Amino acid sequence: MRRIPRLFQSPGKKLVPFITAGFPDLESTVPLVLAAECAGAHMIELGIPFSDPLADGLVIQRTSQIALSNGVTLDWILETSMAIRSQTQIPIILMGYINPILKMGVAEFLYRASESGVDGLIIPDLPPEEGIQLFASARSQGISTIYLVAPNTPTARIRQLAIEAEDLLYAVSILGVTGSTLDARENLSHYIERVQTASAVPFVVGFGISTPADVVRVADKADGIVVGSALLARLEKSADPVQEATQFLSELTTALLDAGSISSTGEPE
Amino acid sequence: MNKSSDAVLQRYEQPSRRGRFGDFGGQYVPETLLPALQELEQAYATAMEEKQFKEDLDRLLKIFAGRPTPLYYARRISEELGVHLYLKREDLAHTGAHKINNTIGQILLARRMGKTRIIAETGAGQHGVATATVAARFGLKCVVYMGDEDIHRQRLNVFRMELLGAEVRSVNSGTKTLKDATNEAIRDWVANVENTHYLLGSVVGPHPYPTIIRDFQTVIGHETKAQFQHEKGRLPDLLVACVGGGSNAIGMFYPFLEEPVSMVGVEAGGRGMDSGDHAASLSLGSRGVLHGSASYLLQTSDGQVQLAHSISAGLDYPGVGPEHSFLKESGRVSYLTATDEEALIAFQWLTKQEGIIPALEPAHALAALQQNKINLSPGSNIVLCLSGRGDKDVHTVASALGKDLS
Ligand SMILES: Cc1ncc(COP(=O)(O)O)c(C=O)c1O
Repeated sequence: MRRIPRLFQSPGKKLVPFITAGFPDLESTVPLVLAAECAGAHMIELGIPFSDPLADGLVIQRTSQIALSNGVTLDWILETSMAIRSQTQIPIILMGYINPILKMGVAEFLYRASESGVDGLIIPDLPPEEGIQLFASARSQGISTIYLVAPNTPTARIRQLAIEAEDLLYAVSILGVTGSTLDARENLSHYIERVQTASAVPFVVGFGISTPADVVRVADKADGIVVGSALLARLEKSADPVQEATQFLSELTTALLDAGSISSTGEPE
Repeated sequence: MNKSSDAVLQRYEQPSRRGRFGDFGGQYVPETLLPALQELEQAYATAMEEKQFKEDLDRLLKIFAGRPTPLYYARRISEELGVHLYLKREDLAHTGAHKINNTIGQILLARRMGKTRIIAETGAGQHGVATATVAARFGLKCVVYMGDEDIHRQRLNVFRMELLGAEVRSVNSGTKTLKDATNEAIRDWVANVENTHYLLGSVVGPHPYPTIIRDFQTVIGHETKAQFQHEKGRLPDLLVACVGGGSNAIGMFYPFLEEPVSMVGVEAGGRGMDSGDHAASLSLGSRGVLHGSASYLLQTSDGQVQLAHSISAGLDYPGVGPEHSFLKESGRVSYLTATDEEALIAFQWLTKQEGIIPALEPAHALAALQQNKINLSPGSNIVLCLSGRGDKDVHTVASALGKDLS
């Protein structure tokens, strides 16, 4: 069985850190992933840096720029995924914009991703309608295609995309880019309930989740949460990124365990 | 120059229903924007079926933008070139460039959709000014994103936008030019999609923008056709226009695509084609996806978008509209380049010979004629789209010529 569906069959809420590949430097990526796993992460999202990340806020724009100036290429990321896979079975998702993938060639990219032990793919600027062939081909090679839905996505479409995605859906928490602040409580929980009801597959929530309190708030009804900008902002300021990631992710793991244990009673906090 | 004549007289029906011009175009955007693009497509479709919308649009183009713009015979330059050169005077449209044709159309759509806030990207500042102008006219809040680099190059237009009541937001990410201003506008739109219309300024971006903007700009070509017919009783032999995103060019070309008329688009060759500093997406770029559509673009072997360069901020963009990529592939339109230096020479030439100070963008189109880059039969009839006036560029030209205006 593919790693992602297997992971979401196991009990408990899942913690999914997002790390820009090659940030803060090339040497850190593998140790960061391993440290994240030790600190309780269940799955890793590796960001493929792009010059024009139009769904990303300032933090990921900056980390992407730094990674690019460190010389990160898609080729390097695939090699690094393989290096990670040789040391751990944690599911790896690649998240990146379509242009670098097109430049490498879709067939070559998918083949190499699958050979490197990549488990899932998120392409924020490739709606399922534009990516019919790419996504079908990815699934046929055992790579889960994770579609994004947003607060303004009609419920019928959420239902449809969940079926097409097969393994996992990604609910963008807000109308906005990564690193924005979360919405007013009612809007957010109505939306998450809507996704929960409509989605036939597990779903994670991401964008704007930055504190243990956010985790508790969002994880109540979701199957997992993604933390990107908040983690990267801490790494940016830290002299010891691996230690910093360990500490922050441990705090979130604790919060997530709490959320899991009180989820049946409704309102957390 | 006549080689493309065999490619004509076929029916031209682009884009396909899913917003594709052959392999180009499409909707490569975050999920959040799909409902807004659908809303825009529907608003446009219903508007075009209403007589009232067309009447409102035509009336504003007439009494607010000052259309039709003249078709002017450039006698002295024609004599030098041994041809008959006509200039379509978009420089005389309100706000000084063709950009107003599109902003008037889109602001009417924004009002129909009940949007209360307008955002735009701008390079040269011409589209920003044209957007701020219509936003002022209709009392809508307006935010314009502009690269920090361009804010310095185009101070006059920044001040104009502010006078018109727009907020100009400086963009410091990436290359600090039009490409990054566009990213920032898209990010704003993602966050404010419910009350905001993104008033995109050229025939780029996701479907339906390239089609809507083309359609609003075809007033240039339709007027030209009628004016030329009236003057000469025939069609011109050749159309020439500069290509940044490609809106003035497609606006001029589109009504002639099924006619036996040759067409040349001129991109910015910057410091030269070997320099790496240019904006020649069609001539030197490769296929890719930027700002929501598949087209030609300047990129590295790893698919990172490259810095474009042109002396003219309005051409300084590493992508190009998808329909131009299609027209290039199909052979219907030829694309070539003119350098910064050639554009500067043409700028001075037109100014001295005809008493018209052009924007640096269309000076590139003129340079293609002046530098004999296009094979012209003697006595042929040519229309050049003079897409804007040069007031905004006098500082740039002064410093390029070593004059200090401060
Ligand atoms: C006068 C003028 N011409 C041309 C352009 C290039 O745009 P497009 O290729 O969309 O006509 C600009 C852009 O700012 C402009 O201001």
